[in-house]
Amino acid sequence: MTPPLLSRVADSVYWMARYIERAENVARFIGVNLNLMLDLPSGEGNQWQPIIATTGDAAAFTKRCGEATRESVIEFLARDNANPNSIASCVRAARENARSVRETISSEMWEQVNSLYLMVQASNPQSSSVGDPSFFHDIRMACHLFQGLTDSTMSHNEAWHFIRVGQALERADKTSRLLDVKYFILLPSLSDIGTPYDDVQWSAVLKSVSGFEMYRKRHGRIAPRRIVEFLLLDNDFPRAVRYCLGRADRYIHDITGTPPGTFSCSTEQRLGLLRSELDFAPVDIVFKTGLHEFLDALQGKMNKIDECISNDFFAQRETP
Amino acid sequence: MQFSSYDPSSFYDEMFEAPGTPRAHAQLLVETIESLSEGQLLRYKHAADQLLLQMGITFNVYGDDAGTERIFPFDLVPRIVTAAEWQRLERGLQQRIHALNAFLDDIYHDQKILKDGVIPAEVILSAASYRPQCKGLNPPRGVWCHITGTDLVRDGDGEFYVLEDNLRVPSGVSYVLENREVLKRIFPQVFEGLHVRPVNDYPSRLLEMLHTLEISGSTISNAPRVVLLTPGIYNSAYFEHSFLAQQMGVQLVEGRDLAATPSGVFMRTTKGLERVDVIYRRIDDDFLDPRAFRADSLLGVPGLMEACCNGRVALANAPGNGVADDKVIYAYVPEIIRYYEGADPILPNVPTFLCWREKDRQHVLQNLDKLVVKAANEAGGYGMLVGPHSTVAQRAEFAARISANPRNYIAQPTLSLSRVPTLVDDDHFEGRHVDLRPYVLYGKDIWVLPGGLTRVALRKGSLVVNSSQGGGSKDTWVLSGSGAA
Repeated sequence: MTPPLLSRVADSVYWMARYIERAENVARFIGVNLNLMLDLPSGEGNQWQPIIATTGDAAAFTKRCGEATRESVIEFLARDNANPNSIASCVRAARENARSVRETISSEMWEQVNSLYLMVQASNPQSSSVGDPSFFHDIRMACHLFQGLTDSTMSHNEAWHFIRVGQALERADKTSRLLDVKYFILLPSLSDIGTPYDDVQWSAVLKSVSGFEMYRKRHGRIAPRRIVEFLLLDNDFPRAVRYCLGRADRYIHDITGTPPGTFSCSTEQRLGLLRSELDFAPVDIVFKTGLHEFLDALQGKMNKIDECISNDFFAQRETP
Repeated sequence: MQFSSYDPSSFYDEMFEAPGTPRAHAQLLVETIESLSEGQLLRYKHAADQLLLQMGITFNVYGDDAGTERIFPFDLVPRIVTAAEWQRLERGLQQRIHALNAFLDDIYHDQKILKDGVIPAEVILSAASYRPQCKGLNPPRGVWCHITGTDLVRDGDGEFYVLEDNLRVPSGVSYVLENREVLKRIFPQVFEGLHVRPVNDYPSRLLEMLHTLEISGSTISNAPRVVLLTPGIYNSAYFEHSFLAQQMGVQLVEGRDLAATPSGVFMRTTKGLERVDVIYRRIDDDFLDPRAFRADSLLGVPGLMEACCNGRVALANAPGNGVADDKVIYAYVPEIIRYYEGADPILPNVPTFLCWREKDRQHVLQNLDKLVVKAANEAGGYGMLVGPHSTVAQRAEFAARISANPRNYIAQPTLSLSRVPTLVDDDHFEGRHVDLRPYVLYGKDIWVLPGGLTRVALRKGSLVVNSSQGGGSKDTWVLSGSGAA
């Protein structure tokens, strides 16, 4: 029998994984945008504001930083300690969580998250490193290395499954947000389909989730509806929402031991409902509902699942 | 880097007999270090610091907001203990801990040693660390001090003295293991030709010892479930707690993860409550259980003591050990050894003046500039006056404190702690004072880890080796009998 897992530890590894995934996503969004800017003619509108919207911090940003410029956005998203979703904050939170469960994760994982933390700490605002695409590349690679170490140096026990659930839900959340924001910004250019800039912009969306090449193999031509279908409903692409939720569902069932397709707690029930919705949703219906409305509802449901996980597994039980 | 200009001075030097003459067992080590190319040792030092930082082997400094985590400075020049010296230390520690354990069991049961007038009863009953809550407690197999980290120092005469017994929650053993790991990774050739005894089986021995604490009425038929109880990530020794838990493969728990009932202790898991049999607790008695000890403790587990007294959970170390750690009672340890072991102590105590004795107090007050004064219930180098290094104002302050509360102070002659060459200013060696903390496990028998924590006072002339006060550490080599020495 595998040893039982403390609720507090399950909570910490779950959040450790979410924060690492979040840091990696933010780094990728910035990296892709830096690259995109080089391809767009100057005066092609503000490309930095949408990034803030993607991480869900637009209100806090406007209040504290004002106008979205390359410098202000990168500072806010990469280094700002007061922004809980900045790379620096996410990495610190991931490390704090890892530190409290160092005996549960492998030494390799701890050392990797610690190195990542030291790397982010070492990037000082005076140096140019923060606006340097290689910095964001390094962050992404460090996060990937952490995930690889998680896979290959830690037993795939209950704690590991909570790590994977955290990662999958965070991924699904980030992909859905990106899609929500980008689709509506790029919508006006639907009439200019086929112009080179349109292609560049949509390619950037795909690259923001490392999905460009895999999309090409799956659907070929750049077409907004196909991209939505790919990022939302694909069953093979690891950052597609449906794929992520399918994984989360499987890992939760591995944790509880409940047979697939049935449920023993509200987490499993809600995940199952949401999964089947995505499994059987034709993309036309999604557009008929309105993509934004659909994504909004999706995010609400994912938040609810996060709450259920917290109640079902992390909450401190009563004294006997 | 060379030792040619190294001056052992008038102190006992662990490595050099005289300027330019290494002790026989250190000859090879000196040659290896001297054979390094220019700057190599410094490169090793930077690599070691980098490694410690990467591995996150850090401690938290209380009251320091800026950088709350620091690495414990590590000096590359090891400290060597010969096989013959070690053999005596080992026997001395086994004898001492056996006696102290018997003393604890006696104090919380029949108090024969008090009835026989060996120690005045008032000394025991006035000790803040005496816990009436532990009266009649029967820890499994009568063992109270499962883990001890005795502080030893070597004086100018070359003799080792016991400075403190540390029977409560001694820390530092993780540095012993990590220092060895780092040195092996960075500077492996330094071990060549010497038979240094390995230390890395400590976690296995610790787990084995904890497994001997069987609980009657346990529902677990195979090995008992062991957990390590930590105050949490803000504790200065948190790294060690997580390290030991990881190395033993046991759960690291905080007070809030546990729930105690009179019939047992449980941990809160994702699948409900699970029974716990043995708790290696790294929380002081005071904070262990708000119902039994300090009511304001948020770190502990309400009801833990009751479960322990009912024999439903075993604590290592047992609560109440602090009474044998009291600095006044320390002065009686030689008598304690004679009383329980019927033999003279193998390892001597440092001569100790007890300020509650009128005659001793007068002597102490007149000689404050020569003595080291310690508060009876403080550890970590706090509440201490080092006479020869003190100011007039500090001495006046201690004189007032001693007069106000004589029971709480003891004084000892200022020892001239032995020294080991230590890298200073990155470019030369100077002697720095060291102590030695071996770790002792009391399970089915008493086992002494062949190694220990050598703490070094990095500040020139300083005698305070505590990590919170500018101390560092060195790898400690115990040579095996078949080795070069």
